[in-house]
Amino acid sequence: MKTLRRDFLKIAAVAALGWGVRPASELLAAGGGGTAREGLLFASRHTVLSGPNALKASRWGMVIDTAKLTDEIVVDVTNICHTTHNVPNIPGNQNLKWIWETSMEHLFLDNYHEYQPETGAKSALALCNHCDNPPCVRVCPTKATFQREDGIVMMDFHRCIGCRYCMAGCPYGSRSFNFKDPRPFIEKVDLNYPTRAMGVVEKCEFCAERLAEGKMPSCVEVSAGAITFGDLDDPESDVRKLLAERFSIRRSPYLGTKPCVYYLV
Amino acid sequence: MYDKNKILIGLAVFVVFMTYPFWNNIGSAAYQRPELEKPKNAKDCVESVEFMRAEHMAMLNNWRDEVVRGGEHEYHSTASHQVFQKSLTKTCIKCHENKALFCDKCHATVAVNPYCWDCHVDPKGDMK
Amino acid sequence: MLEKAINGSKIYWGWIAFLLLLMSIGAACYWQQLSLGLTITGMSRDVSWGFYIAQFTFLVGVAASAVMLVIPKYLHNYQKFGKILILGEFNAVAMVILCLLFIVADLGSPQRLMNVLLHPTPNSVLFWDMVVLNGYLLINILVGWVTLEAERKQVAPPKWIKFFIYLSIPWAVSIHTVTAFLYCGLPGRGYWLTAVLAARFLASAFAAGPAFLILVTYIAKIFTGFDPGKGVLSMLGKTVVYAMCINLFLLLCEVFTVFYSQIPSHMAHLQYLFVGYHGYGVLVPWMWSAMIMAVVGILILIVPKNREQDNLLIIGCLLIFIGAWIDKGLGMIGGGFVPNPLHEITEYVPTQLELGVSLGIYATGFLVLTILYKVAIGVKQEIE
Repeated sequence: MKTLRRDFLKIAAVAALGWGVRPASELLAAGGGGTAREGLLFASRHTVLSGPNALKASRWGMVIDTAKLTDEIVVDVTNICHTTHNVPNIPGNQNLKWIWETSMEHLFLDNYHEYQPETGAKSALALCNHCDNPPCVRVCPTKATFQREDGIVMMDFHRCIGCRYCMAGCPYGSRSFNFKDPRPFIEKVDLNYPTRAMGVVEKCEFCAERLAEGKMPSCVEVSAGAITFGDLDDPESDVRKLLAERFSIRRSPYLGTKPCVYYLV
Repeated sequence: MYDKNKILIGLAVFVVFMTYPFWNNIGSAAYQRPELEKPKNAKDCVESVEFMRAEHMAMLNNWRDEVVRGGEHEYHSTASHQVFQKSLTKTCIKCHENKALFCDKCHATVAVNPYCWDCHVDPKGDMK
Repeated sequence: MLEKAINGSKIYWGWIAFLLLLMSIGAACYWQQLSLGLTITGMSRDVSWGFYIAQFTFLVGVAASAVMLVIPKYLHNYQKFGKILILGEFNAVAMVILCLLFIVADLGSPQRLMNVLLHPTPNSVLFWDMVVLNGYLLINILVGWVTLEAERKQVAPPKWIKFFIYLSIPWAVSIHTVTAFLYCGLPGRGYWLTAVLAARFLASAFAAGPAFLILVTYIAKIFTGFDPGKGVLSMLGKTVVYAMCINLFLLLCEVFTVFYSQIPSHMAHLQYLFVGYHGYGVLVPWMWSAMIMAVVGILILIVPKNREQDNLLIIGCLLIFIGAWIDKGLGMIGGGFVPNPLHEITEYVPTQLELGVSLGIYATGFLVLTILYKVAIGVKQEIE
């Protein structure tokens, strides 16, 4: 009797393995339960299937003219971004911010020196650089943060498990975590955009939802020309023309991240 | 068998408890579809009523991935051949304005608690 | 064999009850975390990993220590380790369970845990960490149980178990290497971006792990009369002290590289940890205590005669274990995130609720350890 039972179990195990081959291969082919466009397993660039009205680019980039940034513009920019996207205003060090003003020293670290001209900009805006080689995408275990083929590093708030590996991976400190329920801390909820729930990481997405409707990112619209947004791969775009005219730098490019936010100094 | 009486009594008690929902509802009305508030300003939904009843969960799930991960915002309705935006807040809620009188009615009846509303804003809810 | 765990003295059941009490405290604290979010911890936008991940990092090392028994016994035929080998394997089981619990406790959205399996991402080291940790758990459960069962029945274990025993050797090295790779591949974190991080992790693992094994074997000896054999623990003590020497040497290598090259962004982290940075230095006394404990522990254990004496062996192991724990369990996170990528400073201190959850998790791990050890020692004493 004992031998018969053991044989049965062995056959059952092999059969289960055999029966599992087809479902497993189907699951893998579908990109692990996600959409077929996601790509097999690896964090490949996601195709963008935008509609006819959308703004399209081969590689989105942003140019910030530090000379044109006034205090009013900075306030307008941070306000419009945080209000349009329901970013909560939480006091203390568990705060969230998608774009904020910080000193040139904090932006450019050891590139900054004390002998800069008095009239030069003392501060500028920090935000997600939508790197071309993003370490955050590389480390995300669920592809909740992923890169689109047009370069935008996106967040899938539905999939994020809140492990915060991306926050450790980002060398620019651009990412924020919802340590608690954000809703009590949102002054006026914008009904056209969701909030997030507690336990997910968030950051600037280059207003991908506005680009899909043919609109420029909110910060660009209120910046009175201080922020320019366009296609880095198009030599005729506004961003390329600006970069050709004046000297520009990026934050910590030696880290290999290939950031796509340029600062005109 | 040993302890035959105790086992049979225990088994009977177990069966009575496990079948409680069935025999308790004998004689009362069958599942009644709750009364939902219909939208005032639109006749047709994105798809037919039967399709929506059966498929709106899967459809919203697909929309979720298609919009966020695929950047694909446009939905081509098979029923009306119109183009809609794939958005809970911007399309569905535009017509079905009152979540409490529409969405929650069925959800409460069948005891499901979708977590969509943790993030997606209900305009008539507490987030005005 | 589990029936060994339900026959015990009053002390045994008292200990179990105490652990269950700690677990319920931890559960209550974790309930708070599930309701309110990770805001109950001391973590912040700048220090986004804290006590939980630090404990996971440290405990992976303690788990890997079983290999320090397996290699001598199976590759070099050192039979004397045979008696405590099962304790090492069961310890690995308990420690890996602790690691997994700490990881889950740290997640912001633990209800979405299955996403890591539903959307496998081989370019993410966290994916591989999940694979190797769970694999090591399964290997040790399998190997421990099968070999113990065979020993109880006084027969040789089945031949196929040899494959898993040999597999556990590189796998043990891999679990801590992968955990180190979590940290040392991040371009923005200068404290972690070092090739020696994996080596340091392994060295401190092979110091802290066997030290822990020695300590719990002594505890088992006191409460059950289990005798590991003459000279076994002092032999294991050799591993502890030499591994700690290598760990300290690698740390000094890092100190030299950082301070001789004078790169500010790299120096900042070690300065923060050991002398304070711009007035912030909550970890400074901890780090120096760790250093002193490590050095004193090494000085005690490096003398062979001291390792033969139970008291000195215990003290030396305790010092080295606590020193390694401070270095990995507090220093890694604080040093890595402070200062932040913009050179701003936000310090991190765990909160009471955070420590409460951790206490509950530790109690869970010790419950698993207690039960498994009761089984193992019960079987060993049965066959004698």
